[in-house]
Amino acid sequence: MTSLQFIWFLLIGVLFSGFFFLEGFDFGVGMLIRSFAKNEAERNTIIQTIGPHWDGNEVWLITAGGAMFASFPMWYASLFSGYYIVLFLILVALIFRGVAFEFRANMQTETWKKFWEWAATIGSFCAAFLFGMMFVSMIQGVPLDKQGNIYGTFTTYVNWFSIVGGVAVSILCLLHGLNFIRLKVSGDLRARAQQWTKVLYPVLVAGEVVFAILLYFTTDFFKYHFATTLSILAVLVVLTLLAWYLAFKESDWGSFICSGLSLISVVVLIFNGLFPRVMIGKGNVNSILIQNASNSPYTLHLMTILTFCILPIVLIYFIWSYWVFYKRLSSPKQEA
Amino acid sequence: MLNLGLSMLFLSRFQFAMTTVFHFFFVPFSIGMGVVVAIMETCYVSTGNDMYKNMTKFWGKMFLYSFAVGVVTGIIQEFQFGMNWSEYSRFMGDVFGAPLAIEALAAFFLESTFIGLWMFTWDRFNKGIHCLFIWLTAFGSSLSALWILAANSFMQNPVGYVIDSGTHRIRLTSFMAVIKNQQLWNEFPHVIFGALLTAGFVVAGCSAWRLLKKDHEAFYRQSLKIGLIVGLIAGLGSIWSGDTQTRFLINNQPMKFAAMEGLSKDSTQAGDWAAFSYTDPSNHNTQTFINIPHVLNILSYHKMSGTLKGSHTINQELQAKYDNKQNTTKNYYVPANTLFYSFRIMAVSCMLFILVAIVGLIFNRKQSEQIMRQRWFLYILGLCLWLPFIANTCGWFITEFGRYPWVVYGLMTIADAVSPTSTVGSLLFTNIVYFLIFASLGAVMIILSHRVLKAGPDSVEANAYSTDAGNDKDEKDPYEMGAAKND
Ligand code: HDD
Ligand code: HEM
Ligand code: HEM
Repeated sequence: MTSLQFIWFLLIGVLFSGFFFLEGFDFGVGMLIRSFAKNEAERNTIIQTIGPHWDGNEVWLITAGGAMFASFPMWYASLFSGYYIVLFLILVALIFRGVAFEFRANMQTETWKKFWEWAATIGSFCAAFLFGMMFVSMIQGVPLDKQGNIYGTFTTYVNWFSIVGGVAVSILCLLHGLNFIRLKVSGDLRARAQQWTKVLYPVLVAGEVVFAILLYFTTDFFKYHFATTLSILAVLVVLTLLAWYLAFKESDWGSFICSGLSLISVVVLIFNGLFPRVMIGKGNVNSILIQNASNSPYTLHLMTILTFCILPIVLIYFIWSYWVFYKRLSSPKQEA
Repeated sequence: MLNLGLSMLFLSRFQFAMTTVFHFFFVPFSIGMGVVVAIMETCYVSTGNDMYKNMTKFWGKMFLYSFAVGVVTGIIQEFQFGMNWSEYSRFMGDVFGAPLAIEALAAFFLESTFIGLWMFTWDRFNKGIHCLFIWLTAFGSSLSALWILAANSFMQNPVGYVIDSGTHRIRLTSFMAVIKNQQLWNEFPHVIFGALLTAGFVVAGCSAWRLLKKDHEAFYRQSLKIGLIVGLIAGLGSIWSGDTQTRFLINNQPMKFAAMEGLSKDSTQAGDWAAFSYTDPSNHNTQTFINIPHVLNILSYHKMSGTLKGSHTINQELQAKYDNKQNTTKNYYVPANTLFYSFRIMAVSCMLFILVAIVGLIFNRKQSEQIMRQRWFLYILGLCLWLPFIANTCGWFITEFGRYPWVVYGLMTIADAVSPTSTVGSLLFTNIVYFLIFASLGAVMIILSHRVLKAGPDSVEANAYSTDAGNDKDEKDPYEMGAAKND
């Protein structure tokens, strides 16, 4: 494995981390539209917290996909064709939630408004769930042939562990969304978010414990990366407990950062366990290695230079745009 | 397994065609509309006239809808290379991934961030800065077109690569060559002009429908003017760039060209150009009707003399060139009727656009009331609204069907590109679902645009997107709404 290949493996991880950190909360907020907000005005408010951002957040996913193609085409080809139906369902979910935000506001009848609100709610949930399911099913090892094609059956994709993974990721996103709402809104909604957080965190902790046990029995993570896997799991649980504690302390920023970092640690857990592979074959047969999956050194070199030139500029205006909308919060009324 | 005589290959191709065509209904509109809206806001900034502000917001709303649909359908595009064309992705990864990743990094972040800022900060920045946001969005959209077309151009005309002797995959040797690809610099201007044309004529067409109702005359007449000016410039640009493309094809993809012009036999010095033709799919012989002398030579060589090869000759040449490499005997004919008529539709509509734009601008002169009296003309304008979408699709039919049987010209055939793991059942399912989704999204888009149009420019102040909407009403900064209720 060359250092460039390693850098790109890391970079893909970073892009997915960025995606889950950011889109995580707007999936969460999306899921809350019908269940959490009580009336139209409240729904408007929580949708507006993500209004300027959801599109930009989704670009992290597109970039991660593009970067995977540009650095590890064997990985991209194998994963995306192997998970054809799962990804298709993710796309449908993303389509519905994406247009729902634009369309909802302009519907004239209650029924249609409601339709798009449900579309956003269900779409957000399904997207988060399916992403969780996909990654968790992937790390259990999939039936790969020598060319790197996946010939999976139903249980390759849907099994106990992948369902638990899907649920865990959705709850994580949900809580991340609640923390974001606490950060962005004041008054009634914030207080309710606070209550929900307090109730939901224990569920998440339980979920994480089940997840860790299943991880032990169904993956080879502990076999190849015992110490790191264990410590990342520990970090995950600590972050979750910390976020819960900070919710009691009314530290909005603290909980938000912690829930974001929890999502990132799930990504780290997966990438750490994968290493030095990108796809795990069933029983570690025919696994695709970083070494064999990547593009030529020339392309990797080129992409590295371009990325390190462009990404900082992107980050500057991306963060600046959040700051522009953050400033509105600090208006005096907020702290009331 | 289902067996309806449908093959995996057919369904994969159908899916790709359906999703890109749908994506490309909205994309040119968004690219062009970004520029048109930016022009309107620039007028507002420089004149301070509130009519331009209304105009920006009003047309901006349509822009936002199409943008949203463009974005969600774009994600499909990004994923489906891996999903449906995994062999292609493996073969092409070294070249193809790079532009795609750069597109996301350099262009999509730019447009998505600044469109968010533009939508929600009317009251937060001074006019000039706010206007800069929409220009940056428009710039981002055009940039994304540049990168994706760089990828597409490689498929049409591969440059700057070698075939790796070990892996038998493409290896990039010169990124600069990919960027400098002549095909790209033919395609890119043509696509951008096509996009501007689309936006220009949608604005003009919608305005015309409202003018028929004698609604907000000053507002719509000014919009009409902007739309037509953009349309005229873009129409002339389309002809110029289309001509460059056509002449590039003669040497580069002769089969495509022969099909576009209905040449199965070699042409003669007379340069007969056929207005209509029919190619028999079984023997690939073309019958032409209404032949106009010299035009073919003028179009292809800009002179009165010269000959062009017909598809039979080209087929033999291609067989000589490729068959021994592929160890098969193949035919290299392309779907000639589709190409022939797509080309006619595209070119004729371009002439029509230019004519209509000129007449419209004359009728719509400041002192003249003619535009309001010539109702037939407003009807024509209203119908022209749909034509650019058709022309865009026809253009892509030429480009994409015309490279048959290759997915990457001369290097990989479509049949070799498809994912081996796909199944007819799953493809059929996804095709049907995509189709239903696209049909409903298209319908909602049309209904919403219609509604925006009917509500008229006065309604834009109540737009849910602008936070300064109805300052005088009791609507608050959205982040404070929760707070307000609690007090
Ligand atoms: C409003 C849209 C529009 C209009 C009025 C025209 N075109 Fe076009 N054309 C396109 C929109 C388009 C397009 C959709 O944008 C395509 C598809 C691929 C491309 O590069 O541009 C295209 C492709 C395309 C191609 C195929 C290029 C290739 O395969 O490499 C040719 C030869 C032309 N055009 C030529 C023309 C000519 C001679 C025109 C006018 C006289 C013309 N087009 C008007
Ligand atoms: C956005 C406008 C585009 C439209 C409307 C369009 C249209 C089509 C159509 C009609 C086909 C089917 C052709 C066939 O079956 O032979 C096709 C195939 C394909 N196109 Fe495009 N295309 C567009 C842009 C692109 C771009 C920009 C790329 C690459 C970056 C691309 C890559 C492909 C591929 C990989 C296939 C599948 C192979 C094939 O069936 O030919 N297309 N496209
Ligand atoms: C088949 C190849 C294509 C792929 C893989 C692709 C990919 C994408 C993706 C992922 C998005 C979403 C971006 C976001 O979230 O902001 C998108 C939107 C967009 N695409 Fe495509 N696209 C393809 C064809 C094209 C073509 C041919 C053009 C232009 C010539 C184009 C221009 C755009 C633009 C301008 C947007 C922004 C959304 C909008 O303005 O509607 N795309 N595309």
